[in-house]
Amino acid sequence: MASVVFTPNLKRHVDCPDVVVVGATVGEVLERVFADHPRLRGYVVDERGVLRKHMTIFVDGRQLVDRQHLSDAVLPASELYVMQALSGGA
Amino acid sequence: MTVLVATRKGLFVIEGSGATARIAHAAFVGDNVTLARTDRRDGAWYAVLDHGHFGVKLHRSDDRGATWTEIATPAYPPKPDGFVDKDMWGKDREWATKGIWALEPALDTAGALWCGTLPGGLFRSTDRGASWQLVEALWNHPTRVKWNGGGADHAAIHSICVDPRDPTIVVVAVSSGGVWRTRDAGASWEPHTKGMVAGYVPPEQADWPENQDPHCVVQSPSAPHVFWCQHHMGIWRSTDDLATWHQLHAQPSSFGFPVAVHPRDPDTAWFIPAHSDQKRAPITGEIVVSRTRDGGATFTPLRAGLPQHHAYDLVLRHALAIADDGDQLAFGSSTGNLWVTADQGDTWHTVATNLPPIYAVRYV
Repeated sequence: MASVVFTPNLKRHVDCPDVVVVGATVGEVLERVFADHPRLRGYVVDERGVLRKHMTIFVDGRQLVDRQHLSDAVLPASELYVMQALSGGA
Repeated sequence: MTVLVATRKGLFVIEGSGATARIAHAAFVGDNVTLARTDRRDGAWYAVLDHGHFGVKLHRSDDRGATWTEIATPAYPPKPDGFVDKDMWGKDREWATKGIWALEPALDTAGALWCGTLPGGLFRSTDRGASWQLVEALWNHPTRVKWNGGGADHAAIHSICVDPRDPTIVVVAVSSGGVWRTRDAGASWEPHTKGMVAGYVPPEQADWPENQDPHCVVQSPSAPHVFWCQHHMGIWRSTDDLATWHQLHAQPSSFGFPVAVHPRDPDTAWFIPAHSDQKRAPITGEIVVSRTRDGGATFTPLRAGLPQHHAYDLVLRHALAIADDGDQLAFGSSTGNLWVTADQGDTWHTVATNLPPIYAVRYV
């Protein structure tokens, strides 16, 4: 099962503990997390399911490629980090 | 008096009047609060947060700001396959909420709200913001795809006027997409920009409704056939229930963003002029408020208590507010200064000089 870690800055706004879930893609993994934490969805993706502009996700150290459909592959032992991109500061 | 002040780094609550006004407490410190509104029917306070990374969120307080609860953010439906909707850069317009620039009680139904968003969708809630529905008749109007950003990258509904005569009549203003009115609670819409002129398009397009960039529109509560508009090109007024608009010429400038109208006198209104579109700062470093008492025939610059030397504050469209008594007004600036008056602007009192950039001011 893949482990998912969320930026601490997100935890200030919404409940999102680090979790271990099953999924073959980033989208599948996040859907499982959102099922348990529905308010988290809107903080990570918009209403189309697209990763928010200033968010980024790393899968085993590689930055997410498919920000539209989150189709990047996830392996059973993968580590996902849901992070803020530094582009959105101010 | 209580005033809500939405800023780049939090929501501040002001208590008191005139010289006694002070910051009483703060909420969401560190967060980008872009708008604050109240609903006097149930006493609810609403705050719009734009987290940047994490998107736009709405919060409601039912205990005058002591505690806040996140409610639903308006969400656009999926764009239909094959539907052509391009922005001014030729890119596909994303049907996704990019910001909230207007929130008003929908007085036709208990607990109902109107919400104006970027990229130009109007939403309605009938459950105090627990859920939202896109007002499709306006979003699907054939000219809507021609709306574009004015003051932002996306078109924005920033003014919502619920008609005191009949709450199913609602006027919205869009930067940049004109002025629109529904007479059936949103089921159908007509543009109302006759007389407005845009100077930033070729001459033959200058009077097209969708090209008008009203910065702020208010309706007179006591004479609802009278509307005031601070437009990108200057100041306009309608005295015939939006059949026509006529342009006014204020001194020292007609450029600016906010407008406030007196609650019982449709001929009295306030503007806060900047030098010009090209120079968005006070003229010669002097902050003035322009007041007319004769329907815009003449304007008086009000200066007492305001900085008159090397001041470069800009006042955004939601950052001027008037109280129900018609005597008290408050305004805040992009450089974090906040002023109030208790005598219709004859004298101003400084409430704060070190706030974050101020986006919106509203009397509770």
